[in-house]
Amino acid sequence: MRTIILKSASSYLLPVLLLFSVFILLRGHYLPGGGFVGGLVAAIAFVLDAFSNGLDKAKKILKFHPGFLMPVGLSVAFLSGISPLVFADLPMMTGIWAENPIPVIGAIGSPLFFDIGVYLVVIGSSLTIIFTISESL
Amino acid sequence: MTNDIIILPLIVHLFLSILLMFFWNKLNFQKIVSVVGNAMALGVAIWVFTYVYSSGTQVVESGDWPAPFGIVFVGDMLAVTLVLLTAITGFAVSIFSTISVIKARLKFGYFSVFHFLLLGLNGAFLTGDIFNLYVWFEIIIISSFVLISIGGEKSQLEGAVKYFALNFFASMIFLTALGVLYGLVGTLNMADISLKIAEVKDTTLVEISAVLFLVGFGIKSAIFPLYFWLPASYHTPPSAVSAIFAGLLTKVGVYALIRIFTLIYGGDSFLTILLLTLAIMTIFSGGLGAIIQNNIKKVFMYFIICHIGFMIGGLALFTEVAMAGVIFYLIHDIIIKTNLFLISGLIYRIKGTTNMKKLGGLYEHYPKLSLLIAIPLFSLIGIPPLSGYWPKISLILASFNAQEYWFFGALIFGSLITLIVIAKLWSEVFWKNQPEINFPEKFIYFNQLRFGQKLTFIFPIAFLTFVTLYIGFGAEHIQQLSERIATELMNKELYIDAVLKR
Repeated sequence: MRTIILKSASSYLLPVLLLFSVFILLRGHYLPGGGFVGGLVAAIAFVLDAFSNGLDKAKKILKFHPGFLMPVGLSVAFLSGISPLVFADLPMMTGIWAENPIPVIGAIGSPLFFDIGVYLVVIGSSLTIIFTISESL
Repeated sequence: MTNDIIILPLIVHLFLSILLMFFWNKLNFQKIVSVVGNAMALGVAIWVFTYVYSSGTQVVESGDWPAPFGIVFVGDMLAVTLVLLTAITGFAVSIFSTISVIKARLKFGYFSVFHFLLLGLNGAFLTGDIFNLYVWFEIIIISSFVLISIGGEKSQLEGAVKYFALNFFASMIFLTALGVLYGLVGTLNMADISLKIAEVKDTTLVEISAVLFLVGFGIKSAIFPLYFWLPASYHTPPSAVSAIFAGLLTKVGVYALIRIFTLIYGGDSFLTILLLTLAIMTIFSGGLGAIIQNNIKKVFMYFIICHIGFMIGGLALFTEVAMAGVIFYLIHDIIIKTNLFLISGLIYRIKGTTNMKKLGGLYEHYPKLSLLIAIPLFSLIGIPPLSGYWPKISLILASFNAQEYWFFGALIFGSLITLIVIAKLWSEVFWKNQPEINFPEKFIYFNQLRFGQKLTFIFPIAFLTFVTLYIGFGAEHIQQLSERIATELMNKELYIDAVLKR
């Protein structure tokens, strides 16, 4: 699989794909996209890198075990879920939104953090699965 | 905030499972967190129970979306009672897991998944939305797949495949039933469905959806023609896992059947006949299965099936007395079945086997322990005044009054079989002299454990036995509670009014 074309393309594709995944994550509340798809795209970025440059290099870019992202993402989602209970005296999972939208990112609210949590969990779990399988090959 | 306390059990377990994932490799820490967390969850469950007991059904509209549109969590008496029972068994099993489950299993996130399972169970009991019920069922079966296959022994994987295939099939049928039902009424809120299903003219389709639900939940709760996965899989995982499966997983199916058939398809004559026939066949096949088994765990598994029949039959009778009996039996059954599997785990630890032919002399060497074990066994049979006795009165009375003599006979047959099998088990395991067999050498026997480690085996059993004793001797309280739940179930307007705020 290690052709020169794939190798040079992947070094450009990695940042582009990661940026694209964040774009999909942010537009996800009203438009197609969201944490799940964004997370998959981000995972694909790393998988592509692992294909072209080898598993060890991809792991080096990531710096920590991808499995760690699962509890982190889950806690982000969990906190966003219970935040209305804590801050606003509303039932669980109610969306709390900031009044003024921020440029580029758009409106900020607890559903965004929920999506970020999903994003991290999806990256973590899919990379853990794929890395574990390719290690055992 | 005060209305929202019924979702606290969910929040506690979700928090614990996430916390445990952070400490993936620190097993001792995980054990402590899990036990302390389950004690906390027990406290929360008691709080929720007393709150709902004193101030009536609580409804939480998650996401602040009003009732027929958003997902609601409904804490009526039935739901919070089951949440309390889940907390009690979860607490006992988490203590039992600390030493009895080997490290090779614990290190794959056993405790984290265990809390996800409890989360799913609590969610299934509390939700008031039928699609959300499906989602909780998925959480339950995904976590139970992990628990049943963790460790990866050959026999275990064989059991897991059977369990996986049939439960997945059950979920598929459940989803199909949901689709049919949604096509008929156009809503997923159970209270709203209950109102709108009365207006549906096409009764054939309504009955089709009812039968689909029956098949889906029937597989999960192991009723007559659909129970074969249970004896094939429940004995393979460690006893702690079998205990939580036996106590709660099949009962979730029973809970769903009770909820659906009281709230949505109440008192349909076709379903009554169908349920009653299935109940009688379940009692017979479970009882006859139990009598020929020699492995203690397998005997207990067939008892699960046999006693599911009692509850399904009571549900089919559809009177308030029968329903009180069903609820009382459910309460008794969850505690007792969990305890039986913990006991089988203890016997395995003492002797290294659960085969009755190879066991013996337990009373001679462990007299106090044997007396402790005798209490749940006698309660299972229903010797007065222990806990199994009281619900059977209600069930037998209701079946006699309804002139359902076949079910009446099946109840007596089921009790008799239980008595015979337990008598056989007692004489084989406890009174018979230890036969000459070769004990496995590489095995940590019970008497080689330290005192604290022994306590993790005995304390959960003693705790659950104490609860059983309370159910038996404090039967008045439990009967009152069951009657109250039965009244709530039979008058579905109470549930609908609470959810839709009419």
